Parts: sequence; structure tokens; C-alpha cells
Amino acid sequence: MYIPLKQIFLSLLDGSVEKESWKAIILNYRLPKAITAIIVGSGLSISGLLMQTLFRNPLAGPFVLGISSGASLGVAILILGASFLGANITAYAFTNWGQAVAASLGAFLVLSAVMLAAIKVRNTMSILIIGLMFGSLTAAVISVLAYFSSANQLQQYLFWSFGSLGNLSWNEISALSVTFFIGISLVVFIVKPLNSMLLGENYAKSMGVNVKRTRNITLISTSLLTGVITAFSGPIAFIGLAVPHLTKLLFNTSNHKILIPAVAISGAIIMLICDSIAQLPNSEYTLPINAITSLFGAPIIIWLLVRKRKIYY
Amino acid sequence: MKLTNKHIIKTTNLSIGYASKKEVKTIASNLNIDINAGNLVCLLGENGIGKSTLLRTLTKVQPSLNGEIFINSNKLETINYTKFSKMVSLVLTERLPDSSLTVFELVALGRQPYTNWIGYLTTEDLQIIESAFEKTAIKHLINSKCYELSDGQLQKVLIARALAQNTPMIVLDEPTAHLDIHHTIETFTLLKKLAKDFNKTIIVSTHEINLALQLADELWLMTPTQFVAGKTETLISNNSVQQLFDSDLISFNKTLKQFTINNS
Repeated sequence: MYIPLKQIFLSLLDGSVEKESWKAIILNYRLPKAITAIIVGSGLSISGLLMQTLFRNPLAGPFVLGISSGASLGVAILILGASFLGANITAYAFTNWGQAVAASLGAFLVLSAVMLAAIKVRNTMSILIIGLMFGSLTAAVISVLAYFSSANQLQQYLFWSFGSLGNLSWNEISALSVTFFIGISLVVFIVKPLNSMLLGENYAKSMGVNVKRTRNITLISTSLLTGVITAFSGPIAFIGLAVPHLTKLLFNTSNHKILIPAVAISGAIIMLICDSIAQLPNSEYTLPINAITSLFGAPIIIWLLVRKRKIYY
Repeated sequence: MKLTNKHIIKTTNLSIGYASKKEVKTIASNLNIDINAGNLVCLLGENGIGKSTLLRTLTKVQPSLNGEIFINSNKLETINYTKFSKMVSLVLTERLPDSSLTVFELVALGRQPYTNWIGYLTTEDLQIIESAFEKTAIKHLINSKCYELSDGQLQKVLIARALAQNTPMIVLDEPTAHLDIHHTIETFTLLKKLAKDFNKTIIVSTHEINLALQLADELWLMTPTQFVAGKTETLISNNSVQQLFDSDLISFNKTLKQFTINNS
């Protein structure tokens, strides 16, 4: 749907617009979508940054560590497993709220499992592999569930997994924003310890950092952000891993005082750009956002790496 | 900070090692240490004898198996990490994870025990950082990235970070392991100067025996059978140094204060 630029501003500023329907589209459809894009983009990017610092590994991110898979599992059990769980849940399953709770729980469970493993296993490479294994485990459970589900349920799950920034009511957006702000405010308290974690846990401890507390806050904040975002907008790939790298390469720093706001802003901008592309301006089609983020993001990262040769985290 | 305490670190019948549910692996026991402020102490012993384990135990990185450790007359277990970070700073042997921290940022991290919740550097903090740069003579590196540094430069930056932490005691685990002879001597001279001029207590584990014998005020010698601590001259004259290596290949020459290869 094409709406002239001037009319867009008029609708936002509550002026008189040529067609009432344009105003409705802007206020009830496009504006919520843009806000969702901002929250999703910055939330996922910050989660990725936190994971990369915590695990001291450039490959870490919500996806690699199985957090997104955990969220997917939660939603899959809710949508696909609803028939096993009885009718009570079935009604609840198809609301966004039910999905949000299920996804957050799933994300938190998988992340805790990875964390438990991380306490036993010191080697960060092994932890990443454990995260990947959890990812494929949940994928397997989802396939089994899918096999026994009806076409209707399957379609619903599949559409959720494509990712979408639209379809959120203002109520849902407020819930998303509240969780986002809780997650972000937690991060503010660990900016200082995160910087000393850059030297490794032993140095951090020797500088008086409570490593356990820092780790727990990081995990809670990450699972909140990733879980709730994944719940409302589906598992959005690439952003959590790539935006932190993109920002680090552009800003050339590891200082979290600069990185956290920078990553949040870059994440929001990139997500908005991806959303505009997915919208296919001047056309009636909307592509799945998940495809766009990877399609346009991956080549950028490859190009940056080839040019700069090495990635620091 | 001038320290009046005589016994900055003291242990009684300390045992070190690793304890798991299944078994207790003791690496060394009956360690009795008692050192004064402002001394350079070198910890000597062959590979795998437990030098790092001892340093890790003394610096609260891992728990002791038995016995007690006192720092400034406080039991180590009763000191929390925040308090401990104002008493002891570390230079570890482990490789730093890759990051694009600048030298200034890395040294400034040493001020973390003192800064507020967001890590704001006050004028006083900046002065202490500045003086850490002066003492280690690395001012020209201040804006470099850590990954651009040579091993020798990085070691000095890490020592500067420990100085910025402004603790009466600095513990270094094999700080010269990757350095050539020039940088090794430079590092040891720096450590000696810090101990002498600024009254820092410095504990270094090292394989540079000849340098240690010349510069250290005290030596800790670890052998499979015993642990000896004492003044360098005392340990040379009572043949303790001689017994450090159980080998026919080398022997200790008291007049040269050096280990020499045996002529067969």
C-alpha cells in the first residue's frame, strides 16, 4: 500500500489526512510494526553482545547457544502439543500471550541447562558445542511433535517460525516494551564487571568482580530479552550474532560503556532497514523477516571480515 | 601506600592441591611462609612442581586443602573479593582473550575496585593511572590496541594494570615466560625497583634462576620433597639452592651464584 510521505507525517501528527484509512494503517499497523522492529533489533543485538562477552567467544549468540531453539521448543510444545495437553490449553495456545510465556520458559530452561554445563566444563569451545547439541535436541523434539500434529497446527507453527514484526496489538507492544526495559535496566548494572570480564574470569575476580552474580544477571537478562522477543516475533536469525560484530568493527572498541548503546542503536536501525526491505516498498507482498535478515546481513559480515581480517570481541 | 605491617603474608602448615568428590590430590604440604612488606620474592622450582597452584591458592583463585593463610593478619577466607582486590593484584600467565581494548582502557580496569557502579574515573583515579604509566615507562603505548603489542610490551602493560590497582602486594605468575633476555632483565629490574622504591611486596614465580639469585630478597624453593623459604644469601650458603634440581647434568656454583653445566 503506497501512502505519500506528507500524509504519513500528517497522520502521525494527528492532522487531517486525505483518506481516513491511510491514517488507520499508519497508526494501527505501520507504527506498531516500527516500534516492534526497534525493540526486537536492539534487544536481540544486546543479548548477542552479552553472550559473546560472557563466553569470550565471537561465535556466541542467542541462536548458537540454543536459547532461540529453547524458545521455539516452548512454542512448539504449546501449539503442536496442545492436542496432547487437553482442550483447556488449546484455547490459550493460540493467543500471543500463551506463546510469550511458553517461549520465555523454553529459553530460560535451555539457557540454564547450557549454564549448568558451562560450570562443569571450563572450555568455552565445548560449551558452544553443548549449546549446539541442545539446539539439535530441541529441533528433534519439534520434528517429533510436528509429525503427530494436524496440518492446521503445523501451519500456525511454521508461520510463527518465519518471524514477523507485525500483528502485534498495542497491548502486546506494551508488554514487549516493559520486558525490554527490565532486561536493559539489568544490563546497566553489569556494564562495569563486563569490561573486566574481557580479561578473563580470574582477572575479573582479582579486581573484586562478583563473577557469579555478573553471570546470573547476564543470563537472566538474555533469556528475558531473547525469550520474549522470540515469543512475539518468532525466531529471528542473524541479528543477535552479527550486529555486535558489525558494531565492534565500526566503532573499533571493546568498551561496554560505548558498545551497549551503540549495539542497541545499530540493532534497531538494521532491523528497521530489514523490515523496510521485507515490506517490498510499493508492492503488496511482505517477505518473511527471517529470510531478509540473513539474506542481507550475512554478506555484509563476510565482506567486513575479509576486509578487516580479524574479529575481536 | 606505606605499609607498617611486618608480616604481610603468613601461612601455617598450608597444604595445596586439588580436591574433588572422589579424591584429594595434594601437591605440596607443610608450607610455612612469612614475608615482610617491600620484598621481592622469587618462587623457584621445576615444571609441574606446583608453583602456579601455590600462587593460585595464595591469591584466592582456588581453596587450600589444609592450614591457614593470613594476609595483613586477616584470615584469607574471611576477606571478600572486593576487599581482597585492594590488597593483592595479579599478573597471570594465562593468555588474555582477544579484545580491542586500548592500553589505557586495560590499565584503567585496575581502578575497578575503587570506582563507582558505572566505573567513572575521578581525577584521583586518573592520577594513579598516570603514575602507573610513568613507573612502567609505557606512556608512548597509551593509545595502542592491546593486540598490537609485542609480548614484552604487553607484560609491562599488565604490570601497569596491577600498579593501577594500587595494592601493597603484587603476585606474578611466570611474567617472563615468553620474553627474550633483554626484556626479561628489564621486567625483573622494574619489579625490583617497585619493591625497593615503592615498598611493594612482589611475589614472582619464575624459571630465571640466575636473575632471581641476583635480585630477589627472598626465595621460595619448591622441590618434590620439601619447601624452603628464606633470605637469598642464607639459602645459598646453607646449600638449599644446590638441592633445587636433582640432576647430574647441572650443579650450583656458589662463587658465581649460578647453575653451571657439569663437565663430564
